[in-house]
Amino acid sequence: MLKRFRLEEPESAAEVSELLGRFGDSAKIYAGGTELLLAMKEGLVQYERLINVKKLKGLSEVSGENGTIKIGALCTHHQLENSSLLQQKLPSLVKLEQNVANVRVRQAGSIGGNLCFAEPHADPGTLLMALGAKLVAEKISGKREITAEDFFVDAYETSLAADELLTGIRVPTPGANSRSAYLKFGYLERPSVGVAIALTLDGETVNNVKIAVGCAGPAPRRVAEAEALLNGKSKDEAVRLLPQAGAIAGRASEAISDLHGAQDYKEHIVGVLLKRAFNSIVS
Amino acid sequence: MSKPMTRHADVQTIPVSFTLNGRLQEIDVEPNELLLDVVRDRLGLTGAKRSCDVQVCGACTLLVDGRPVSACTTLAFEVRGRSVMTIEGLADDGKLHPLQEAFIEHGGFQCGFCTPGMLLASKALLDENPNPTEAELKHFMHGNLCRCTGYKKIIESIMAAAKKMRGSRA
Repeated sequence: MLKRFRLEEPESAAEVSELLGRFGDSAKIYAGGTELLLAMKEGLVQYERLINVKKLKGLSEVSGENGTIKIGALCTHHQLENSSLLQQKLPSLVKLEQNVANVRVRQAGSIGGNLCFAEPHADPGTLLMALGAKLVAEKISGKREITAEDFFVDAYETSLAADELLTGIRVPTPGANSRSAYLKFGYLERPSVGVAIALTLDGETVNNVKIAVGCAGPAPRRVAEAEALLNGKSKDEAVRLLPQAGAIAGRASEAISDLHGAQDYKEHIVGVLLKRAFNSIVS
Repeated sequence: MSKPMTRHADVQTIPVSFTLNGRLQEIDVEPNELLLDVVRDRLGLTGAKRSCDVQVCGACTLLVDGRPVSACTTLAFEVRGRSVMTIEGLADDGKLHPLQEAFIEHGGFQCGFCTPGMLLASKALLDENPNPTEAELKHFMHGNLCRCTGYKKIIESIMAAAKKMRGSRA
């Protein structure tokens, strides 16, 4: 079923980076395998070596400190949906994780693998973008933080260097006035459209609006133009502007026509989901 | 039941020691061997079925440390040091599990192809949530497909088993 490959089991990020540097395109990082093994079984990709990163220590925890929530790249979806810290601080991410694929995928699949595989019809990247998350990449020569916007380049393509691995995610801890939501819609196994919104509600005014759209096109995208439209407006005014913001977000999704829906259909759904997401957190 | 395998000198093998249906099992696997193939073809436990092969249908569901996984997309070496349950291990020394009894009593299967996966997934559910609402049950089980469209009876069976198991615990 799967073609023969060799397995490497390093125990540090530096070792992983060294292996990636040494074996180049003939090797691939393997964590949960929920995306990679499917592609390998289909024969879409083949590798001489898989680098199992699950022996790396300290990448399977969720913790909070100094206004930042740290999520280890090896955390499974199951872990995240059951994290008490996330349930308290980031309920929108918990809800998203509860609805990733099915119970078996959530059991095996890791958040890091989900982001790095950059399958267009994945949920977490879109919400993390709206939450202002940064992704921590490591290689032998050092560590850097990449904003979620800069991380996603195209379908199945990220800005990680060839010898870099994702080790964690940093999300600013939302304040008391912060609200966020992620909604998706689809009729196949994977979503056709995903929309995320985060904002602060200061009295009657919405501030710090961040909107991201995913699944409809090649990669999750921030929608700065729609954010600017809603930012600083009163709740009522923002509600009146939602159709316009939704239309902007629809175009920004770079929707393509495929089995998941026609371009104009997906653009329309973006608007519908944005409106519902906004109303679910601003009432 | 393990069949002899011819291996080349340079082929990597990984010794895997794990608990299979309560008993210690030791086997050497190649990195690319899938848990489903090892369990079915090398260990002769054919209850788990290969169907969609892409983690959508749940026919190959096994429990690893009590949690459901798709054996079709799990590399066999991953069960090192773990506890695996297949449908063959659900009955206790010939005595059917309450879920199995409930599926029989309530007609929870038609062709039976999805049933091993349905039973193991619902066991995992009831082990962590002995008193699920129907909505919780549907959410947990929505990745286990029945193409005979027998969902109503399956849900009835699981709810009945849950009730019975709660009663026997009290």
